[in-house]
Amino acid sequence: MSTFSTIYGRLLLIAILTTGQMVSLSGLVAAAPLQENIARYAAEEKAGNKGFIAFSAERGRTLFLSRPATGKPDTPSCTSCHTDTPLAVGLTRAGKEIAPMALSMTPDRYGDDKKLEKWFRRNCKSVLGRVCTPLEKGDFLTFMSTQ
Amino acid sequence: MSDRSKVYLTAATAAAMVLVSTVVQADERYRPVKDPVVIEECGACHMVFQPQMLPKKSWVKIMDTLNNHFGEDASLDLKLVRHIKEYHVNNAANSRWLNGKFMRGLSDDSAPLRITETPRWIREHKREVPQRAWSDPKVRSKANCRACHKRANQGNYDDD
Repeated sequence: MSTFSTIYGRLLLIAILTTGQMVSLSGLVAAAPLQENIARYAAEEKAGNKGFIAFSAERGRTLFLSRPATGKPDTPSCTSCHTDTPLAVGLTRAGKEIAPMALSMTPDRYGDDKKLEKWFRRNCKSVLGRVCTPLEKGDFLTFMSTQ
Repeated sequence: MSDRSKVYLTAATAAAMVLVSTVVQADERYRPVKDPVVIEECGACHMVFQPQMLPKKSWVKIMDTLNNHFGEDASLDLKLVRHIKEYHVNNAANSRWLNGKFMRGLSDDSAPLRITETPRWIREHKREVPQRAWSDPKVRSKANCRACHKRANQGNYDDD
């Protein structure tokens, strides 16, 4: 008699399959590709802004190159650490190299939604002194995806 | 030889071996960090400093105030904070029976927040490093050990 022919065996088989699917599903959620994350920010923006049409790489570029200086004195702009081109290697205040922000240079950078949120939370606070709006996040990512 | 004296002899030999190995590694070598979470989270912004460079209380204080980490918001999920804190406390300068070098001039109660504020670090850099070296754009920060200690990530701080 095979292992899965008894009722307990079948339950076990179902349990194994379900667990397997849950694991692969959570893997997908954790590593949503960039376009899925952009779509998520679009939905967030739409919820609060009826006039929203689409993200703009140009607005993203302007945000990246702007010098708001409303956050920490050490980091008046994104470019303080990331340099003024997304294609170049940046440097943290502590002297650690930062891989280029451009998607073409660092293709695995924007896949993980948790990581994405972590860095927006930290760095928007550092540079702008506040959290970023979904519009800013989406514009920023759209710009980086064209670079 | 009695059983008891055999035990003493073994213990004495073991102690001698530990002493010898300590002497052999008496230059600036520290166990490199191998924990993947620590490497990922701490290493995202700065060199992954070896936990042996600060007392336990320092690491607890640092990990409990990540929302203002030397001016940066470095806050993390509580699960990650707990993991990283435990790793650092378990490997801190005073985590072993014998205190590490970085405890010199410090008590178990002291909790400096920067390695560069410990008596050990200050003494090691005072005479050898000229003031102008710190303002070199390639150095950028005293936290950038690797600017001079090229193998700092491997725990090797032999003078370069």
